[in-house]
Amino acid sequence: MTALISSDARILVQGLTGNAGTFYTRLAMAYGTGDTGGYVAGVTPGKGGIDHLGLPVFDTVREATQATRPDASVIMAPAPVAADAMLEAIEAGIPTVVCVTERVPVLDMVRVRDALRDSDTALVGPNSQGILVPGARKLGVMSTADAIPGGIGIAARSASLTSEVVARLSAAGLGQSTTIGIGGDPIHGIGFAHCLALFRDDPGTEAVVLIGELGGVEEEEAADFLAAEPYGKPVIALLVGRHAPEDRRMGHAGTVSVLGSGSIAQKTALLELAGVRMAATPDDVVRALAS
Amino acid sequence: MYLHEAQAKDILARYGIPLPEGMIARSSDEAAAHATALGGAVAVKALIHAGGRGLAGGVRFAQTPDEAALCADDMLGGTLVTAQTRRKGETVHEIYIEQALDFSRSLYLSLIVDQRRAVPTLIAAAEGGTAFEQNAMDAPAMVQKYPLGADGGHNPAALAAFLDMLGVPDSHSAAVLGVVEAMIAAFMENDATLIEINPLALVEGGGAVAIDAKIVLDGNSLFRHPALAALRDTARSDEAEVLAQANEINFVRMDGEIGLVVNGAGLGLATHDMVIEEGGRPANFMDIRTMATAEQIATGIGLLLDDPKVRVLLINVHGGGMTTCDRISDALALATEAHDRTVPVIFRVAGQNAAQAREAAQALPLPCTIPDDMTEAVRLAVSEALQ
Repeated sequence: MTALISSDARILVQGLTGNAGTFYTRLAMAYGTGDTGGYVAGVTPGKGGIDHLGLPVFDTVREATQATRPDASVIMAPAPVAADAMLEAIEAGIPTVVCVTERVPVLDMVRVRDALRDSDTALVGPNSQGILVPGARKLGVMSTADAIPGGIGIAARSASLTSEVVARLSAAGLGQSTTIGIGGDPIHGIGFAHCLALFRDDPGTEAVVLIGELGGVEEEEAADFLAAEPYGKPVIALLVGRHAPEDRRMGHAGTVSVLGSGSIAQKTALLELAGVRMAATPDDVVRALAS
Repeated sequence: MYLHEAQAKDILARYGIPLPEGMIARSSDEAAAHATALGGAVAVKALIHAGGRGLAGGVRFAQTPDEAALCADDMLGGTLVTAQTRRKGETVHEIYIEQALDFSRSLYLSLIVDQRRAVPTLIAAAEGGTAFEQNAMDAPAMVQKYPLGADGGHNPAALAAFLDMLGVPDSHSAAVLGVVEAMIAAFMENDATLIEINPLALVEGGGAVAIDAKIVLDGNSLFRHPALAALRDTARSDEAEVLAQANEINFVRMDGEIGLVVNGAGLGLATHDMVIEEGGRPANFMDIRTMATAEQIATGIGLLLDDPKVRVLLINVHGGGMTTCDRISDALALATEAHDRTVPVIFRVAGQNAAQAREAAQALPLPCTIPDDMTEAVRLAVSEALQ
């Protein structure tokens, strides 16, 4: 079993014919099970009617949806048009939308979040490595070198650190049910709390690892969620940026909120209070799960 | 992108927000001339890209043009360290000479995007001024939030009621509401991530004047604001950081001896944490972005080889997507070829194409150690740096 994406999910790519879309979709098609790894179509405005990587290309998401009934869409569109691509996928009612695009403007994401409020779509990203169901489906740009199927669910704010944790887990014989990159931007789609609910309801997930960092409110929201009622599965959290000077913005680590939230100390205290076991390094995550 | 006060006020002026009259000066003569032109007492303010100036000597008051010149002499060319600058502070190249206003009451107002609700949100407090941050930490209840619609939309009557509840006197409610409406328009139309007016002075006759203002623009939105993009002042930033940015690398210079070459912000922060907890001192923070080419990564490595403090390079890369591990070994080869100086390299890679990258790194003409995992790599780098 998996969370969010089933092992036989049908997948659409918005921006399939671009450089990034072509590069990553080719890898993802080869990774997934079945002839096309679950990929059923692409969308590129103005290129409807052609075939690309053996997949039919449509002008709009609605046309692609009517013709191929996808369960999910992966957005590889450039930042200036990424929000419109997300809005189009939401409007077409696609259940799961993954956006890997980096540098999407904040106010564009405010518009997208507004559209999500009245929809049934779960958005993952933007600035996300995507969703991996080891051995079955790859929606995104992450490393697949070390992932193996198993019972650990991972939700993360960082791609490269997820790959590192996955590699350590796999080396210790601990496979993964689903890995979800919620993205590194301040305003994004589903967060840790939503992922925790998905992993709780997934019988294939036995334990959950959260990979967080300083800034933002994800860890605080996860702590609120876990404190509200018994979770029933072990949750481990690895938070990085413990020694980052608070006045510096590092990569996508995010600004420390003007209202005083977002420090690692505060996040750690809240998560511990909610019963989460804290890990300081990827190896610590493995030790915590093994014990 | 942080705008300094004069730039922020230029934008607010376009939206009709009342401001004290002010002019930029780059010398003490100019400061005196501006003070003469303005007449009366003036404020002399350091134009830096950070807040916290009031408590750090970055805002002074002068009663005469001579006093303004003295303040200018003192500030220009100096370094200002505030609670919101980097530790080494920021050099003051320009100052702002502005009419000093008398007022007995002020407010704190700001607009941000609330991360929980994902909507623009007004933050307000009935007492503004330099002590606001400290006061807000001591008594969080003084800070009130008012969420707006996703497009900045709001009901003016409800917003007026919020300001009334905050304690804005009836005599000034119309003026304050006008300022808030203008701030919202400026926020939405310029893709700001922060607009702050602190203090907003409530002056005699029912007016409200923005004494200090701060604007942070969304760097990711500048493609649709070419005029605002031109305000980016790279001359004030660390040269290495600007060069790295242009090469798809997030780079922050620090004081230590261990040069970090890492991909991804999360792995970068994790490596940084582990080095410090092992007793080492990073020379930098690095996050190589997904699209960086081998040539661009080599430029990043070169920045560290050029830094005489750097005694060891810790390469910690998890290859995936377009940043495969062999791209890192290619970059290391390019950087080694272009630089006379070599330092010991701890080369730790995992993920896509790791085996061939290790083989390539081993063949390079430099002292290269290839550990099995990240923990071991950090330990080796710290012990090398401490030798």
